Amino acid sequence: MKKIGILSVLAIAFIGSFSFDSSNNEEVGKKMPSVMLEDLDGNQINSADITNDGNPIVISFWATWCKPCRLELNTVAEEFDDLVEETGVKLIAVSIDDERNKSKVRPVVDASGWEYDIWLDTNSDLKRAMGVNYPPQTFLIDGTGNIVYSHVGFVPGDEEKLYEEIRKHSK
Amino acid sequence: MKKTLFGLLSLVSFSSTAQIGQGGTVTGNMETNVQYLNTDTLIGAFAPEQKLVANSYMNVNYSVNKFRAGVRFESYLPSIAGYPQFYSGSGLGYRYAQYAGDKITVTAGNFYEQFGSGLIFRSYEERALGLDNAMNGASIKFNPRQGIELKGVIGRQRYRFDSGNVFYSDAIVRGVDGSINLNDVIPGFEASDLKISIGGSLVSKYQSANNDTIIIPKNVGSYGGRIDMSYKRFYLNAEYIHKDNDPTALNEYIYNPGHGAMVNLGYSQKGLGIILAAKSIDNMVFRSDRDVLGNQLMINYLPATTNNHTYNLAGTLYPYATNPFGEVAYQLDVFYKIPKKTKLGGKYGTDIHLNVAVATDHVRHTSGVNPEATYVTYVGRPFDMTDSILNFDFNFHISRKIGSKIKASVHYFHFIFNNDVNNVTKFAHGYIVSDIAVLDVQYKINKKHSIRAELQGLFTKTDRGNWATALIEYTISPKWFFAVMDQYNYGNPDESMQLHYLLGSFGYIHDNSRFMFSYGKQREGIFCIGGVCRPVPATNGLTFTFTQSF
Repeated sequence: MKKIGILSVLAIAFIGSFSFDSSNNEEVGKKMPSVMLEDLDGNQINSADITNDGNPIVISFWATWCKPCRLELNTVAEEFDDLVEETGVKLIAVSIDDERNKSKVRPVVDASGWEYDIWLDTNSDLKRAMGVNYPPQTFLIDGTGNIVYSHVGFVPGDEEKLYEEIRKHSK
Repeated sequence: MKKTLFGLLSLVSFSSTAQIGQGGTVTGNMETNVQYLNTDTLIGAFAPEQKLVANSYMNVNYSVNKFRAGVRFESYLPSIAGYPQFYSGSGLGYRYAQYAGDKITVTAGNFYEQFGSGLIFRSYEERALGLDNAMNGASIKFNPRQGIELKGVIGRQRYRFDSGNVFYSDAIVRGVDGSINLNDVIPGFEASDLKISIGGSLVSKYQSANNDTIIIPKNVGSYGGRIDMSYKRFYLNAEYIHKDNDPTALNEYIYNPGHGAMVNLGYSQKGLGIILAAKSIDNMVFRSDRDVLGNQLMINYLPATTNNHTYNLAGTLYPYATNPFGEVAYQLDVFYKIPKKTKLGGKYGTDIHLNVAVATDHVRHTSGVNPEATYVTYVGRPFDMTDSILNFDFNFHISRKIGSKIKASVHYFHFIFNNDVNNVTKFAHGYIVSDIAVLDVQYKINKKHSIRAELQGLFTKTDRGNWATALIEYTISPKWFFAVMDQYNYGNPDESMQLHYLLGSFGYIHDNSRFMFSYGKQREGIFCIGGVCRPVPATNGLTFTFTQSF
């Protein structure tokens, strides 16, 4: 058991260091994992099947009780129409609200006037598969399905970097 | 077992080095929390002998085509302040292998799963609270066609993590669940405005028993159904679960059956949303070991019927959690946006949110029952409420953008908290009535720099009296943040306990890595995430947190 323990630590440290090297900003080749979720109408969605006609897609993990998450989505909403026109971007806001708050997702989205696709990740399956620790965390997927950028947390001004990345990866 | 682990690991490590050639993907995350603690007898913070404590986690998932495998390494050397004592040592806390085909997904090893709303079965992880009831066994999901999903699970639940080894429940948990989206399966119904899906679950547990005085059921079943409907702007979802008699240490070995029922009725359009929620619970402790106390090994999940408060004074002092032995609860939410460019709404519009929640005890009918003969102590009926309040929560929020640089919000909360039922403080008995006011202002100095201030006051005549909290946060996008928070218990009836709890923090973010240092005193209180609450002791010292995802 001890030997296995040591080996596993080594294996994990190795994978960790490997992925650390390759991760930040150069996640070329990394695709969306395949997880089954639902949208607000109860339709089943496979997260790996998303497409946007070769245009970039933003995946934003949020929750109704997470203030910085809502600040981020509200901030982006202010310029979203222009951004869509310019880059063809699509934003999918993945709610990790569990059963306690799940029914509040639809009114929060409607009251905020967000024109995003909404996915419900009620038991955090996609959150786990994408390695998200705590919300908000935002990913950018380029036209060929590769995850090309990711940022954790949101403070005012962070949207500029996101817009810059979206523009860089639009056609 | 050990060989499997090793095989899995070698596979993961081998494949990760070869990922580019084979098109596989490695994802995961890591988190480290390190604390250097000082003793402060005034606030009841005690440094352990080791002085330095640390919790660390790393998740690694590897996927290639339809195959996925992963492990989580966990380490508690020793566990951080306030974390459950049953976490110690270093080792593998979670490992799985999965094949996800077009119609069938099979998982072996550890997995998380939820049936319906979770009232019958939810296995999940809430790491910050030390909650993890992962299954260890096998699961299968079958989607024979669009709109139909069948699930089956079997396994034991994670109980504790001791000296680097995971221990699982005594009981085996088995369950099946099915759901059908009627719009997908009934021809001609696809385009209807009326959307309906239905589902049903059956979960049972088996645990051996040797009790000389009473006959304990070794197999305990639970079953129920659910419906989700929407028609244009209206939506309704409801679930009802029945649980067979399940005498346990927690319910004092009664033979009553149990039930859980939840109904959400909503209306939502652009700028306006209204939801009414109702919940009824009776004898719904359903766990994979009848002799265990504490909050481990829960098979089902009973969500709290209140708003999830995040302002410190509103969220930590008097938090309500569902009473699993029985309660009836209602909640109303109204979200409204006063339109922009109106007199009342201002240039950018104003957001309003009203939330009212009440939970009461339920009626226990005792006429006609014969507890001596049947061990059934009462009869409980759904939504049969009493006037004995367990919790009342009224809160109101207004937020508005003032000009292009300022965002401000005001919040008011009124709580009536029954400390006899849900004991969170030793300084009060019965009902604790409190009012909380919060002002939150954010000013954007320029494109990258912004400053935010929070002022909070809690006013109560009981318990530890009034509190005030002030917070100032300065952020420089996208890398830096600095914050200072002071909590001041200025109204404590004991003058020597009118203390300041000063906490300073700063952090650095690089894309998906985040470092944070904080130094100072943290108040004893209840820490809640996702409706589950755990007491944390007072701590005093330096905390370092690092999170990364990859």
